[in-house]
Amino acid sequence: MLSLSNIHKTFNPGTPDEKTLFTDFNLNINKNEFVAMVGSNGSGKTTILNVITGGIPVDDGTVMLDGINLTKMADYKRSKRIARVFQDPSAGTCPTMTIFENMSIADNKGKIYGLGHGLNAKRKYFYQSQLEVLGMGLENRLNTPVHSLSGGQRQALALIMATMTTPDLLLLDEHTAALDPKSSDIVMHLTNEIVHQKNITTLMVTHNLRHAIEYGTRSIMMHEGNIVLDISGSKRADYTIDDYLKIFNEISIECGN
Amino acid sequence: MLSIIIGILEQGFIFGIMALGVYISYSILDFPDLSVDGTFPLGAAVSAAMITAGVNPWLALLLSVIAGGIAGAITGILNVKLKITDLLSGILMMTALYSVNYRIAGSPNIFFMGEKTIFTSFSQFIPKLPDVYSRLILIVLIAIAAKLALDWYLKTKSGFLLRSVGSNEGLVITLAQNPGRVKIIGLAVANALVALAGAVNCQRFTQFDVSSGVGTIVMGLAAVIIGTTVFKKVKFLRVTTGVFFGMIIYKTCITIAINSGLNASDMNLVITVLFVLTLVLNTFINKNKKAKGAAANAVIK
Repeated sequence: MLSLSNIHKTFNPGTPDEKTLFTDFNLNINKNEFVAMVGSNGSGKTTILNVITGGIPVDDGTVMLDGINLTKMADYKRSKRIARVFQDPSAGTCPTMTIFENMSIADNKGKIYGLGHGLNAKRKYFYQSQLEVLGMGLENRLNTPVHSLSGGQRQALALIMATMTTPDLLLLDEHTAALDPKSSDIVMHLTNEIVHQKNITTLMVTHNLRHAIEYGTRSIMMHEGNIVLDISGSKRADYTIDDYLKIFNEISIECGN
Repeated sequence: MLSIIIGILEQGFIFGIMALGVYISYSILDFPDLSVDGTFPLGAAVSAAMITAGVNPWLALLLSVIAGGIAGAITGILNVKLKITDLLSGILMMTALYSVNYRIAGSPNIFFMGEKTIFTSFSQFIPKLPDVYSRLILIVLIAIAAKLALDWYLKTKSGFLLRSVGSNEGLVITLAQNPGRVKIIGLAVANALVALAGAVNCQRFTQFDVSSGVGTIVMGLAAVIIGTTVFKKVKFLRVTTGVFFGMIIYKTCITIAINSGLNASDMNLVITVLFVLTLVLNTFINKNKKAKGAAANAVIK
């Protein structure tokens, strides 16, 4: 489904800050897999997402999605097939527009943004039913501007918007990290429901080891641009949070932390 | 006295149309577009040149609008495609337009008193009404039409994209739309409105002056800031209505300043001082709002 092959990436080449992150990095994700990716800061997790979405160009290597070569494609064109939820809750919504307007604009993804009426009145009840599931009371606040929502509410909305038109690939970029523990659990639970319901191939980057273990079908641990752990199936089921922590501590000790 | 009030209203509504354009670029797109100082006289130059060439004044008005749209799109292309900063793109466009406007008009000034304009053609419909009123009515009608058209556009799907590109460009990318294209369209619409104002102004006074654009952006910004902060409190008023009130207040202040003994050449200084006052007022209002907001949050917690 998604394959990154022989990815090379050096940041700030030719300067004193030069840092090579990926040398010959490879990653394959199969259809309907839900990958949870953990790793230390600077291990390259977010960079992988940026390489997939086109936010960061690669020095060498190819990015393929469903047999289509994305490597040279502009970021917004890749978005036709890829959805992303960011760490920053304000990144996935338009703050100056209302909930209703935000959902309508997301619902139109893949179609032409022409001179038709922006608000999709026909789908109002559908939007309300989507929001009702959250239990946040947003279904009664369709005309509220998004900037007045809390971080958790915004992130839940961003997630619904990102998956409104089912993407081929869903990228979650530490999307619960900026939320309080309760909101974080609500959003993570919602994520899991949506991913399963719609059968979306998902790559989730997280700092929350518990989420990485509880959710998903495959776990990957990154360290300094390399995959140091990649488990799925029964082997993954046997792994406890302590096993993860052990490996995590080992790599941390190696680099002197 | 009455003629002074009518003059203020005429100016307020004409320049209010220009402020609608500035509202798009400055507030919605978050793009400090200085090409406005060039597209306002561009609209005037096209209208003046067309009318003296015997073209129908309404057609001249339409061509002015199109010319403004093209100029705005070029500013956008300079920024989006050629990666020139937003501020510099506008400055470059403004500078280039000075020559272009001169070239279109053929001279630094054109006077075409007595030629057919939209005002003479409109007054034929209501011959009993004195010209003073019919002119004002036409200006208000054009202003309302421009406002309603913009209100309508901002509610379309395309308008939704325009609104989101200014506040969250990343969202537009995730929606698989090219944010650069949205920006170019937005700047085209903005400068089309500015050129419309320039054309109406030129047809109203039956003259074109190549340097008439100086200070346009400052005036527009002042009206937008007054319109978006002062009139935000009045819930039922849209910002697009607020900018007209902003411009009328602004023009009133200028008229008072000029009538209190200042020369016409002092205008730019007056404009600047008024703008600074508006900014100070803006900061003051926002500060108050924040303090109130914090208090409200504390109560909720």
